[in-house]
Amino acid sequence: MTASPITIVDCQLGNIMSVQNMLRRLGFESTVTSSPERIAAASKLILPGVGAFGYAMNQLRKLGLEAPLQKRVAEDGVPVLGICLGMQILCRGSEEDDVKGLGWLPADVVAFDSERIEGHQRIPHMGWGEIEVPRPTRLFPATSEDTRFYFTHAYHLSNDDEQDVVAWTTHGYAFPAAIERGNIVGVQFHPEKSHRHGMEVLRNFAEKY
Amino acid sequence: MRRVRVIPTLLMRKGGLVKTVKFDRGVYVGDPINTVKIFNDKEVDELVVLDIDATNEGREPQIERIREIAGECFMPLGYGGGVTTVDQMSRIMYAGAEKVIVNSALATHPAVVSEGARRFGSQAIVASIDVRKRFLGGYRSYTHGGTRRMPEDPVTAARRAVELGAGEILLNSIDRDGTYEGYDLDVIRSVASAVPVPVIAVGGARNVGDFLQAVQTGKASAVAAGSIFVFHGVHRAVLVNFPSPSLLKDQLFQPLTAGASA
Repeated sequence: MTASPITIVDCQLGNIMSVQNMLRRLGFESTVTSSPERIAAASKLILPGVGAFGYAMNQLRKLGLEAPLQKRVAEDGVPVLGICLGMQILCRGSEEDDVKGLGWLPADVVAFDSERIEGHQRIPHMGWGEIEVPRPTRLFPATSEDTRFYFTHAYHLSNDDEQDVVAWTTHGYAFPAAIERGNIVGVQFHPEKSHRHGMEVLRNFAEKY
Repeated sequence: MRRVRVIPTLLMRKGGLVKTVKFDRGVYVGDPINTVKIFNDKEVDELVVLDIDATNEGREPQIERIREIAGECFMPLGYGGGVTTVDQMSRIMYAGAEKVIVNSALATHPAVVSEGARRFGSQAIVASIDVRKRFLGGYRSYTHGGTRRMPEDPVTAARRAVELGAGEILLNSIDRDGTYEGYDLDVIRSVASAVPVPVIAVGGARNVGDFLQAVQTGKASAVAAGSIFVFHGVHRAVLVNFPSPSLLKDQLFQPLTAGASA
């Protein structure tokens, strides 16, 4: 199966080249763009993200990207992979900022509950974590004992429907590490910064969606 | 299993990598890109790259250099050196680093630190605090490569950095830098107990046992080191190296996991 070219949405903040860099290493074609026209024509999308929720949503709106994204993802059903904040903005909203998200995922973004975190665990959650996969999916057909991913975030998802959660991880308590609902896919960790483990995830997204 | 990050810290000077002892001029240890490639192949947890001359030479961050380094980094990368504007932070991240490390800016451009955290999130801003032990007890904090004293002690400086929005503290002992004397556990512990964000211990590590100490006794969330990852043997021959996953598991992660549940 030939992988369709991937369009990486650039909201002009944070680290975006790393995603393209890893895709290139894997041999997949991708474009980084903030053009509404190109996004409206995309066949597969990645929404990367480092930054604050409100700032990112405002950037998407300011650049005129919300409408083409809505059309392409919510109406046309093109696969989208949100990474870290890029997954969080797929939700209805976040405790981080009083700004609406894209609302494609029945989930809210909440702050880590410091009451449920042990003394040695810090917020933001920063570091490598293992995941637990409730059932094999296209994104995680199998994980091995040494599978690990890099997380860096102060907020996490809280899904209405736990069936949407395709991988869990733990920081004080279990929270979603990855979600999948129809054409909407998201990971809380940074595959582009998780060595071969992350390469596997990006390869699966590029090839199987 | 509890994992902590083990982070090689690379110092750039005049286009090459150096390793210092107590913040001296340092000896040349190699080419940055080559070294980063080796660490990438070894699948290290994270890398810190500091341009240690930028502030004192009044230079801006070298964006092209960061782009080259990030191009070889399939792990998180923090970059520090000469950062004084939010626009520079933005360009550093756009070039492929996820964290911007500030030290002198804590004293000279505190508003930039808070604006950076507001815009990029606190997880993207690391406050680096260089400390020296005082003869009569207590510690002092420094900026500008250890040449300028801050008015605050390390705990106060770290607290203020967190208030400004830093999501992580890189705590560097100048006295232990490159000495193989072990981490300064007292200052690590006092700073780690005073702030809610992760503290990365740097300065003095000689082996994995020191990493364990920094986390167990010092309460650090992560450990960083320079010399032991670039030198080998008593004559300190340059050899880029990193503990194997099984060594880290046996001597660091498992003892920590056992300690936590005990």
